[in-house]
Amino acid sequence: MAFAAFSSGSKTDYKAPRKQSVIVAMSLLLPGMVYLALFFITPLMSLVVTSLEVPDASGEIGRYQYGFEIANYWTVIETYWPHIIRSFTYALVATILSLLISYPLAYFIGIRARKWPLIQKLALALVIAPFFISFLLRTFAWKQLFSNESWIVTTLQEWHILAPDQYLVGTDFMVIFGLTYNFIPFMTLPLYTSLERLDLRLLEAGSDLYATPAKVFRKVTLPITMPGIISGTLMTFIPIAGDYINASRDFLGSSDTQMIGNVVESNFLRINDYPAASALSVLLMAAILALVVFYVRRSGTEDLL
Amino acid sequence: MATEFVARGSDLELVGIRKEFPGFTAIENLDLHIPAGEFFALLGPSGCGKTTTLRLVAGLEAPTAGKLLIGGKDVTSTKPHERPVNTVFQSYALFPHMSVLENVAFGLRQRKVEDPLKKATEALELVQLAHLAQRRPQQLSGGQQQRVALARALVNRPSLLLLDEPLGALDLKLRREMQIELKAIQMEVGLTFLHVTHDQEEAMDMADTVAVMNKGRIEQMGAPEALYDRPHTVFVAKFLGQSNLFIGDIVESSASSLSINVAGNKISVPKDRAEKHEGKIAIGVRPEKADLHQSKPAVSSNDNLIGPGEVLDIRFTGVSNQFLVEIPGIGQVTVFEQNEGNSTVALGDQVYVTWQVAHSFGLADLPDSVEE
Repeated sequence: MAFAAFSSGSKTDYKAPRKQSVIVAMSLLLPGMVYLALFFITPLMSLVVTSLEVPDASGEIGRYQYGFEIANYWTVIETYWPHIIRSFTYALVATILSLLISYPLAYFIGIRARKWPLIQKLALALVIAPFFISFLLRTFAWKQLFSNESWIVTTLQEWHILAPDQYLVGTDFMVIFGLTYNFIPFMTLPLYTSLERLDLRLLEAGSDLYATPAKVFRKVTLPITMPGIISGTLMTFIPIAGDYINASRDFLGSSDTQMIGNVVESNFLRINDYPAASALSVLLMAAILALVVFYVRRSGTEDLL
Repeated sequence: MATEFVARGSDLELVGIRKEFPGFTAIENLDLHIPAGEFFALLGPSGCGKTTTLRLVAGLEAPTAGKLLIGGKDVTSTKPHERPVNTVFQSYALFPHMSVLENVAFGLRQRKVEDPLKKATEALELVQLAHLAQRRPQQLSGGQQQRVALARALVNRPSLLLLDEPLGALDLKLRREMQIELKAIQMEVGLTFLHVTHDQEEAMDMADTVAVMNKGRIEQMGAPEALYDRPHTVFVAKFLGQSNLFIGDIVESSASSLSINVAGNKISVPKDRAEKHEGKIAIGVRPEKADLHQSKPAVSSNDNLIGPGEVLDIRFTGVSNQFLVEIPGIGQVTVFEQNEGNSTVALGDQVYVTWQVAHSFGLADLPDSVEE
């Protein structure tokens, strides 16, 4: 009865609800479209336009006029290519490190802790807990902990792991450490979601079919949780590539660790070279976009989603 | 090696197996021997420990005590991947990220068997799914997935194939087809099958030997015909088919039979069909063994006669008519009569029930509701 009503209803009353649903769909989409137009498309256009501007005829610093100076892009690539490479290297290393740390953590919370829901919830809360403190404060706290006079550094020097004149703050290590630390939750949460959904009976089936635990992990767990790995790595890699707090001189970095974000910041706010800053931003965005598209294609996740 | 390629099944032996989970004991003390090449069914209600038994054999759980031997080799402490055993899981547990063909080839690849894809294709042909080899499991119907799961296990030619209610999710028609197919495959490949199910018809239909499990123990084990004809306990009598039970003190005991008296009705059972010979006993008879009479029939000492009673309910099932008769002092008795188109018994009629003494069976225990 119910089925008959259902199937015939969808055929005879086909047109009326459809017309209505188009209007409903459009009106539901509208706020989002307006938001995107105002806060994404407009600034993006403004950014592109700024990136092509030339210095004002008056020669006054910080004043630019409309132009079509594509050479701006070559100039910034020429000047800042070490920063671009450094940004992506840091992002790559920090992403891999957070994956290596987060996967076992998410595995524990999502699979091992299933038997104890309370521990599972607690562990999840602990992953999110750092968000309750501003990440500027947390990063600054690390700077204090690893500062030149801190017991950590003096102990490492005593143990001859660091030379007497070697310090941690301002090194590649420190910046990558900070980036990894700050973005671990963004890696852990998507990994947790995919591991938490993993059907453990598939793992049993794997071991029943002669696969050793290591093989079960490689052939079953890893490929099935690949969507989580992909989204986790994207959610860490993209913001890390554009980060400027960790690498900044005020926090964990030095002039040797400047990333694109720092260069953009100083061009915008200190040197007032808006076209260069904009060109760098556009480049960063384009590079990330290209990398992401390549990555998603390569990993073939659309198949799994 | 445990993972060698075997052509025939191996026997399975469980010795004093005990399995405790925090808070309860799933299996109390299980001794079981399944001969090579047999289709063996573990039958029981949910929670009786049958699935735990299967998981112990597969190595997915470790026993608290006891030993497990496959083909004479002690495998108690080996890991699942080291055991020459494959399972068809209740949920099928097909790998969603692999094609049907890759699913079937998985076990072969792990053991580095030559030409895994060719063997996997052959296994798919056996279950008539070779044309769907490139699909993903999610794109198949329940019955097809079930057959893929079967092929994935069978292709490894395990010493022992474990089936965990593999037909549970299928509809009746498909289920019948798969039962026939499974049985045919078992005969063809000659593997030892251990089939866990709560469906008594399925167990009786397919298995050479059925073990009825209850509360972590095997209540009774034997050929399906023997189990049905002579259940030993109330649980088996009620779980495997239907039974009418009559409870009373033994009042007469001759050389060949025992009798009880229930509200003036004398009910007898042959001594060699009774599990106990003194005290209070439950005597049973299957509904289809009993006959209805509209007038009091003349009976010999070879027959039991009870009644008269009133027909409370008649259920027509096509093949048979099922009568529910209320006999004062005894209670309700069920009688099945073959539908031969000549039944004249109507609701409210006064009827007598008879059956041959040789069809009675005497049980070892009493229903829970009866005091010793």
